[in-house]
Amino acid sequence: MDGRPMDRRRGHLYRLHIDPFLLWGVLILSAIGLAVLYSATGQDLGATARQGSRMLLGMGIMLVVASLAPRYFLMWAPWLYVAGLLLLCAVAIAGTGTGAQRWLDLRVVRFQPSEMMKVFVPMMVAWYLQKRPLPPRLGDLLVGAALVIVPAALVAEQPDLGTAALIAAAGLSVVFLSGVSWRLIGVAAAGVVLSAPFFWYHLHDYQRQRLLTLVDPTGDPLGTGYHIIQSMIAVGSGGLYGKGWLNGTQSHLEFIPERSTDFIFAVLCEEFGFMGVVVVLALYVVLIARGLHIALEAQGRFARLMAGSLTLTLFIYVFVNMGMVIGQLPVVGIPLPFISYGGTSLVTLLASFGILMSFQTHRRLLSG
Amino acid sequence: MIGLFLSAAALLSARALYLQWVETEVLQHRGARLHLRVVELPAHRGMITDRRGEPLAISTPIDTASAAPAELLQAGTRLPEVARVLDIGTERLLAILRSRQDQKFVFLKRHLLPSVSERLSALAVPGVVLGREYHRYYPASESTAHLIGFTDIDDIGQEGLERAFDDALRGIPGRKRVIKDNRRRVVENIEVIASGRPGRDLVLSIDKRVQHVAYRELKAAVHRHRARAGSVVVLDAGTGEVLAAVNRPSYNPNDRRQIKGEYYRNRAFTDVFEPGSTLKPFAIAAALEAGACQPSTVIDTRPGTLRVGRHTIRDIHDYGLLDVSGVIEKSSNVGTAKIALSMGAEVLWRALVRLRFGRSPDSGFPGEAQGSLPHYRNWREIDHATMAFGYGLSVSAVQLASAYTALANGGVMMPAGIVRLDTPPAGTRVISRTVADQMRRMLEGVVTIGTGTSAQVPGYRVAGKTGTVRKTRPGGGYGKDRYLALFAGMIPASRPRLVTVVVIDEPRTGVYFGGEVAAPVFSSIMTEAVRLLDVTPDDLRPGAPVPAAGVRPVRLDSRGTL
Repeated sequence: MDGRPMDRRRGHLYRLHIDPFLLWGVLILSAIGLAVLYSATGQDLGATARQGSRMLLGMGIMLVVASLAPRYFLMWAPWLYVAGLLLLCAVAIAGTGTGAQRWLDLRVVRFQPSEMMKVFVPMMVAWYLQKRPLPPRLGDLLVGAALVIVPAALVAEQPDLGTAALIAAAGLSVVFLSGVSWRLIGVAAAGVVLSAPFFWYHLHDYQRQRLLTLVDPTGDPLGTGYHIIQSMIAVGSGGLYGKGWLNGTQSHLEFIPERSTDFIFAVLCEEFGFMGVVVVLALYVVLIARGLHIALEAQGRFARLMAGSLTLTLFIYVFVNMGMVIGQLPVVGIPLPFISYGGTSLVTLLASFGILMSFQTHRRLLSG
Repeated sequence: MIGLFLSAAALLSARALYLQWVETEVLQHRGARLHLRVVELPAHRGMITDRRGEPLAISTPIDTASAAPAELLQAGTRLPEVARVLDIGTERLLAILRSRQDQKFVFLKRHLLPSVSERLSALAVPGVVLGREYHRYYPASESTAHLIGFTDIDDIGQEGLERAFDDALRGIPGRKRVIKDNRRRVVENIEVIASGRPGRDLVLSIDKRVQHVAYRELKAAVHRHRARAGSVVVLDAGTGEVLAAVNRPSYNPNDRRQIKGEYYRNRAFTDVFEPGSTLKPFAIAAALEAGACQPSTVIDTRPGTLRVGRHTIRDIHDYGLLDVSGVIEKSSNVGTAKIALSMGAEVLWRALVRLRFGRSPDSGFPGEAQGSLPHYRNWREIDHATMAFGYGLSVSAVQLASAYTALANGGVMMPAGIVRLDTPPAGTRVISRTVADQMRRMLEGVVTIGTGTSAQVPGYRVAGKTGTVRKTRPGGGYGKDRYLALFAGMIPASRPRLVTVVVIDEPRTGVYFGGEVAAPVFSSIMTEAVRLLDVTPDDLRPGAPVPAAGVRPVRLDSRGTL
């Protein structure tokens, strides 16, 4: 604001509180995403345009969020968290959706509150832990865990195991980043392993099948293994250079399930081959690396924890989705950031990029 | 932390590289197996036509409703609409879909009426698929039902000629490679692997017009006499080709919902009966040929009965003294028996064997009867006598008609055939020309002054023989009031073009003589048939009955217009 040389060099973007690395990464990935989506939807221009307009909306929100100073997030964290919880309860009571209740229809907009919790939960945990001494004491950890488990359990009940896992992962990543001792992590891991049979018992049949299928996808090729096999065929038949845009047979002949949403990466693999995978993966790596960089340079515990958690969440998104498509992880409904079709998750994701940008661009102003 | 990210990225790329480089071909092949499919190109089933190319059996495209069960089950509230259009009930539809839930295809209803298929496609419910099949249509309906038979829902011949010539009619399906999507819809045709061969058309010897007239007249006669059944066979006298073969009772092959098994029988080919007096001309021809008698030989049939061993042969009246033509004209059993007994049993038997009695006529119709002719060594004296007037052996209508071609052709017998011939077959001489011509003149007498006067056709000379046969009872012996009324004849007598046999089984109105029941049927069918076939009138005596208006005598070549 006071026209220091540093700011002038960084130019207009910086004054708009935009981080160029994140912006370009997001723009390029979104462009690729729209191209793949156009192919995956069977050249449905309407759907592609709808996704494009959501991207514009998301980027608008990203810019607004980026322009907010980090202290506002700190101030609002508890309120956003409570609001999110209430919305989740509303979904449980009056939600809509096919098979599972995930959607809240407010007539004007129709959205999934569970998606927003992916940001609100880590924000709340970071808010809680930043006031406490670090590394946190056991009592604080338990409170933090409770803050994560309640919304995650509500989402798991919808049932939406994938999103629940992501919410839990996002929240727990904050705990993890807060410097918990490895011994405690070991104990927690042991606890998870020991309670596994209990969870197994509580899983829906189809969820159990998905886990079993991972072990042996060919065991039931027409049933639960179907997704993975079709997806692997698509990935593999792309070869090194792909079949070319709009030429993927697996997707155009409708063999790939959920080809415009969760399995859109398979379409990308088939049409652009290994080269396409490398390019997209590199872009994600750039985004994640930049996120880590922001986390390391962030000022204040809240910003540090929050930035680290958001980056970690992005990483989980990307690698769980890709891992699923190429048959290394179980089938869970996790979209591929910026590429999968879907509004709420995209907007949430862009908002979290706005938060990252805010941390980065308000840094010097705060310290100055 | 950074290490974790990088190793995850490395792991992903390694796996992607493995799939996309090492496994590419394997996975591409598996993908191709999913969408590249070989499908059959159904061969169009050949047409069955009459000798003039008029269709008797045609395949017409027809829509069939099938479904992708899982997809259709999602239709929810629209299911009842689909059920209503198909007229199968929502519960039933649900049951069909559920039972095939894990399959990709199920028939809902095959061979839809065009209106139904139109309404179904207008509904446009996702998961319902209209497929194209072929459905057999029989334009001549009841009149050709027995001859043609029918196909089942998969268009495979089940009865009659549809069955006998199934291989030729069906052809060889072709194969093509196509790309199919996951809903089994063909997206793109790649290549035709084998072009296949369409089914061949089958051209029958039948003349649809004559067939129609014969059926109409037979139906009327069976109805008029409240008969149990009936058959008519019309042969081309010169070639043996079957121009018409009809039966009652019949059925509509296009709608076979309420049919009893007995309706299916092609009686003219598969049912045998004792020919009775219609056999007499052959016995007498054998005697003339063997020199056992002359046309002028006088036979004493008094007192209308003849004792043979313990049996008595009877005439209806005492005809007194008859020459040989008198025996034929009056149809005297006593006279025929006396003539037969005057020649050796072996002579009579050989004559009947030459006429192919007791042997399959090889007409081409599946399941044709061969009848029975006991060997003469097994004949008792009474058999020797009764064989001559048609008891003790059995024949089918087609066999009898075929035998009469010998009398029509100056002694050359033509085998009956159901397929149109391009060159007339070589007949077999079974009777000398002289005797055959003598017999034909005697048979003309039957129609002018004998038992068969109701067989007359205006403008034409007719030769023929009546028969009234007491039917055997299932347990053996002969029934009281159960008769078969027969007439076998040819027209025009001067140079026969058509040979016709009429069988009316069990007339039940009290009138049962062949001359009263069967001969009029011959007359009414022939009156129209000669006009349809442009047969030149040969009865040009002044004062003779005039053929119906509109018919001009036409000069014909040897085969006429047949």
